[in-house]
Amino acid sequence: MLDVSLDKRIEDAIVMLLKAASIYLPQDVKNALIKARDLEDNPLAKAQLDAIIKNCELAEAEGKPICQDTGLISFYVSVGDEFPVKGALADILRRATIRATREIPLRPNSVDVLSGKNPGDNTGRYVPHIDWELIPNNSELKVTAFPKGGGSEGPCLAKVILPTEGLKYAKKMVLDAVVEAGPKPCPPTVIGVGLGGTMDFAVKLAKKALLRPIGVRSDVEDIAKLEVELLELVNSLGIGPHGVGGRTTALDVHVDCAHRHPASYAVAVVFNCWAVRRSTMIMDSKGNVDFITHKFMNELWR
Amino acid sequence: MKTPLSEGDVRKLNVGDVVYLSGIVVTARDAAHSRALSILKSGGSLPIDLKGLAIYHCGPVVDKKDDKWVIVAAGPTTSTRMDLLEYEFIEKTGARMIIGKGGMGSRTVEACKNFGAVYTIFTGGAAVLAAKGMKRVLDVHWLDLGIPEALWVIEVENFGPLMVTIDSHGNNFYDSISREVYRRLREEIYPKIGVQG
Repeated sequence: MLDVSLDKRIEDAIVMLLKAASIYLPQDVKNALIKARDLEDNPLAKAQLDAIIKNCELAEAEGKPICQDTGLISFYVSVGDEFPVKGALADILRRATIRATREIPLRPNSVDVLSGKNPGDNTGRYVPHIDWELIPNNSELKVTAFPKGGGSEGPCLAKVILPTEGLKYAKKMVLDAVVEAGPKPCPPTVIGVGLGGTMDFAVKLAKKALLRPIGVRSDVEDIAKLEVELLELVNSLGIGPHGVGGRTTALDVHVDCAHRHPASYAVAVVFNCWAVRRSTMIMDSKGNVDFITHKFMNELWR
Repeated sequence: MKTPLSEGDVRKLNVGDVVYLSGIVVTARDAAHSRALSILKSGGSLPIDLKGLAIYHCGPVVDKKDDKWVIVAAGPTTSTRMDLLEYEFIEKTGARMIIGKGGMGSRTVEACKNFGAVYTIFTGGAAVLAAKGMKRVLDVHWLDLGIPEALWVIEVENFGPLMVTIDSHGNNFYDSISREVYRRLREEIYPKIGVQG
């Protein structure tokens, strides 16, 4: 009996989590955008950032999604082995996605690759995408909703370079990708870089790096240094907000590395548009919820 | 500016100008561009005459209230995806303004020059701000393509700010920025990281 009601509580919390992500930018992103505007002396760039900031205020005031591209829905799930609901979670996340699409509302973005058909509810084969992690000796459920827009998927890339080319060519790949992307991924972006592992793993590291708040450096000192270096280089390109020129092309660069095979050096570069929409909640085994990125949601939660 | 736009209206505009639009905009993305062109090439006609109107690269978030469609959020999508088809689209429909984000390429510049049209950008992602300039949904066609890809016919009032980034005189604002960015990359950044272009 308890588990049935817990299923429902999870579903309700996930709908709220998607609402939080779609409507309210996390505070670190808002702060970074305001800082970028205050730093900017190019009037065209300043106008773009003013419009962005005003848009975010309107979205919050009116309870509407920040961007019409409400993304392909992804969840990052860390579930404790002692949390009572596990096997049913994928179905619950799917149901919550369908409800959120209707209730917020979200744009139905999932399209069948071969037929081109859109089922209209943001679900489909492997969608919503779920990344799983099982946490030993733990009784909590932690879920991050990460609805990422399509425009910033376009310029993402991954390549296995020669180990003899090494880090300097990895840096070149990042900078070339930023220049090639230009205004397309809606800069100022957050850039995730994954190095090492296998190609698929490098992409995953890059993608997960986007989940780290803006301004928070890697806890590995050499990686943190590389992040600072890349951010400075990217912002010296002068692409600027929406490519009109200016100081801030990226709000941050986040890097992660995995040990690599001696014969290969995988490099992945992923972009997130300025609207970095992510929200995280933690639920205990009794169904109590803490929306840790959007604390005000706790007041609305019953 | 007000739709229908005349050739004279758009020929007056230059790169960098900021305009606000009232009248009718029609959304069209990848699939709508493809379908429109295949209909027009086979001698058919579109469900709405686009002559003098503005085409908006946008797939909106919509809601249905009391059987009426309401625009919730409607910012621009990345225009480069439509670049391959825009020349013919402008030629065959007579649309005078393309609204999007992220810029377009040389073929679209040619079309704007040859047929008298402009490409303008609205701030990408500023979807609620964009919806503020939209009064109502007049009609929708091709819903079978899915909500993002359908042709939404929208009445707008003082919709903008729209910045002209391709005018009808062969100028492309993003070209000059892009040239400078590539120069910095090759001459300043590559030496710093120790690689050659």
